[in-house]
Amino acid sequence: MNREIFKYLFFALVVLITPVFFQGNYLMNVLVFMGINTMLAIALNLLLGYAGQISLGHAGFFGLGAYISGVLTATYSWNPWFAMSFAAALVGISAFLVGFPVLKLKGHYLAMGTLGLGIIIYIMFNETVELTGGPSGFSGIANLSIGTLIFDSDFKNYYLIWTFVLVTVLLSLNLANSRVGRALRALHDSEVAARVMGVNARLLKVQIFALSAVICSVAGSLYAHTMTFIAPPSFGFNFSVELLTMVVIGGLGSIYGSFLGAALLTLLPEILREAKDYDIVIYGLILMLMVMFMPGGLVRGVPELFRKITGKGGGNA
Amino acid sequence: MLEVSGITQIFGGVTALKDVSFVVRKGDITGVIGPNGAGKTTLFNIIAGIYTQTSGRVILNSNDVSGFPPERLAYLGMVRTFQNIELFGQMTVLENVMVGLHTKSRCGMISSALKMPWARSEEKKIRNEAMKWLDFAGIIDLADTVSANLPFGKGRLLETARALASEPSIILMDEPAAGLNSQETWQLSQLIKRIRDLGVTVVLVEHDMELVMDICDRIIVLNLGEKLAEGTPREIQENPYVIAAYLGG
Amino acid sequence: MQFDQLLQFSLSGLSTGAIYALIGVGFSIIYNATGIINFAQGEFVMLGGMLTLFFLETMQLPLWIAIPSAVCVSTLCGLLFERLAIRPLREATPINLVIITIAGSILIRGISMLLWDKDTHSIPSFSGDEPIAIGNATILPQHLWILAITLLIVGINRFYFYHTISGKAMRACAYNRRAAGLVGIDVKRMVLFSFMISSAMGGVAGIIVAPLTMTAYDVGIILGLKGFCAAIIGGMSSGLATVVGGLVLGVLESLGAGIVSSGYKDAIAFIILLLILIIRPQGLFGKAESERV
Repeated sequence: MNREIFKYLFFALVVLITPVFFQGNYLMNVLVFMGINTMLAIALNLLLGYAGQISLGHAGFFGLGAYISGVLTATYSWNPWFAMSFAAALVGISAFLVGFPVLKLKGHYLAMGTLGLGIIIYIMFNETVELTGGPSGFSGIANLSIGTLIFDSDFKNYYLIWTFVLVTVLLSLNLANSRVGRALRALHDSEVAARVMGVNARLLKVQIFALSAVICSVAGSLYAHTMTFIAPPSFGFNFSVELLTMVVIGGLGSIYGSFLGAALLTLLPEILREAKDYDIVIYGLILMLMVMFMPGGLVRGVPELFRKITGKGGGNA
Repeated sequence: MLEVSGITQIFGGVTALKDVSFVVRKGDITGVIGPNGAGKTTLFNIIAGIYTQTSGRVILNSNDVSGFPPERLAYLGMVRTFQNIELFGQMTVLENVMVGLHTKSRCGMISSALKMPWARSEEKKIRNEAMKWLDFAGIIDLADTVSANLPFGKGRLLETARALASEPSIILMDEPAAGLNSQETWQLSQLIKRIRDLGVTVVLVEHDMELVMDICDRIIVLNLGEKLAEGTPREIQENPYVIAAYLGG
Repeated sequence: MQFDQLLQFSLSGLSTGAIYALIGVGFSIIYNATGIINFAQGEFVMLGGMLTLFFLETMQLPLWIAIPSAVCVSTLCGLLFERLAIRPLREATPINLVIITIAGSILIRGISMLLWDKDTHSIPSFSGDEPIAIGNATILPQHLWILAITLLIVGINRFYFYHTISGKAMRACAYNRRAAGLVGIDVKRMVLFSFMISSAMGGVAGIIVAPLTMTAYDVGIILGLKGFCAAIIGGMSSGLATVVGGLVLGVLESLGAGIVSSGYKDAIAFIILLLILIIRPQGLFGKAESERV
């Protein structure tokens, strides 16, 4: 247990100190993005890596959080924090209700079902033009603020977002190592045996689905307030696939793995600045290679690779 | 304690079970035997809530539990083990048994995520209880092994420990001796007797006649989906219809 | 609504429905032979259209050569996909299989975008654009081509699966893989064939619809999903049920777009998909499966 605490504190420390090195650098903006993506990747990992339920529509929940927050604050002048909580509650309850029928599906059917769900939500963003501005996007969203502190710079937003990230990581780690976390993993390994031991499989899946949606919604609200402008393409199928890639790269069922996957995929577009059009091909390649050669993700694959290499070296010595 | 009444199960055009009825007495070790295809596993799955019977009732402690799903039955004190053992492969031996304590614990998502003090103390209790059951099953030295890496015999013991952790009033075992060598089978028979000594009622489906005759208090014989005979091991051994069924008379 | 409008919507719905049917049958064939839902199916449809465009414009070939060439290349892609992505991973978990086919679809789409571009293009209709009147409704010659070719392919399909050894072998694999292997059927080859047939059908579908709906590097996603919807309605049958499923979907979508709004047109198909998956996952014609433990 102490090792876990130490890992977390180290992680938190790195997170809190990093801006000192990058202040004023435009990379701060990327780091803010990274925080949002980390939250989203963790949310998807709870569903996919722990409970073993696939979702290809998670960008939809992200978008719902962003649009609900954006519209309520910009058009109806709601208090942003209240709007964020309201969005989270609304998305959570909707996901809970939708989850019951949808999570009856398994494997491929669930993938298709969630994909369809995500696309329906995306179409809604595009078609409800009076409300959301449609394809051209929605602007004029205010920054968040606490009292007189307004989060209007990348530096300040970094701390805002990453505070949320650290809380998400902590809560997720706690959950993973608890009775509920074990029930989830049991569900993943053998649903029938889990049920025989009293785990209410159906309810648990829906609960995790809803929790996952809530985290995405909060991330969406934060995104809206930091970007101050949102548009449908950020919340479509392509992004859902990106999230999936992050989780798979990092490692299913590993919270820190999600951070790793999110970090890498957020930095990738920056590295590929020149080759912007190659991004789709590269995602596809990464995804494919990871599943083929390192299905456990980097978090497990790299140490194993290391062990293999040093193991060999040790044997020959 | 457990009563099965008029169970009939029809799959498509096949009648797997026809009007099967019997009573399992509390504290007994009851065996269900019969030639292949007799419908033992189907009956088992019906009692355990995996299938729903076409007609008939399953009554547990005077409550009609027909059609109850397995998770509900777990809370009512009935658990089962599987012929092909269903372990939580990616989890350690200890964690598997800790899941067995699911019905004996209560912390939900919020308390767990926030790591409330009562969540912490419950975790400790779960861990200690789980260790006790590992000890009972004789595999405490394997506590931190990933369960997918266990040899089959140990996996069997783990599944049993996990089931016992829920402190059931009745445990259904589906061919527990399947895949075990004679020494492991003997260890199993001792374990089952110790389970009975704890006050747990045991019902097992088995092919291993030696085991069945050795430890069962009562035996129910199925053949071609119907109950053929019921009685003590001695009575069953001397029953001409049973002999005929097994020898294909 | 007027009868004329109804007729118009139904007729155009039938032809888009035929496309969905072809794509849906492609899904079913692979699913029945391998148990995998090929997320990349839609991309083969896209390839059909884009490749035809390539052969027409870049290679300056006449239509009647361009089309078969496109189908051949599309089939080749299907073969490569099975060989490189699917075969090495037979033992993967369901989730990993889903991810692999998704990755494959992304790759195909990405490579297409690099080879060609992001714009939408049109292909000339096979025999002109003179509208034909049916009652008070009009259809285009291309609609007739679509229906005719679909019928032809469905017919060939039926013949293949029920009257040739190879086709029967494939059906055998669908019913019971192991048994099929035990009686000497080369299951691996059947899997390969199933991919090739599906990618060929997908390619054809993409070609015949391209003159009407234009083609671009990303038309595969939506078409693929709608084809999947047709397959689900048809209970994953590789025959008539899925064809009916596609037609039903096409007509419903067309009517919905006409009555409700055209912006939500795509949403209609997905709502139907969700409803079917939830209420009757075995499709309108399938039988419910029970799980054996």
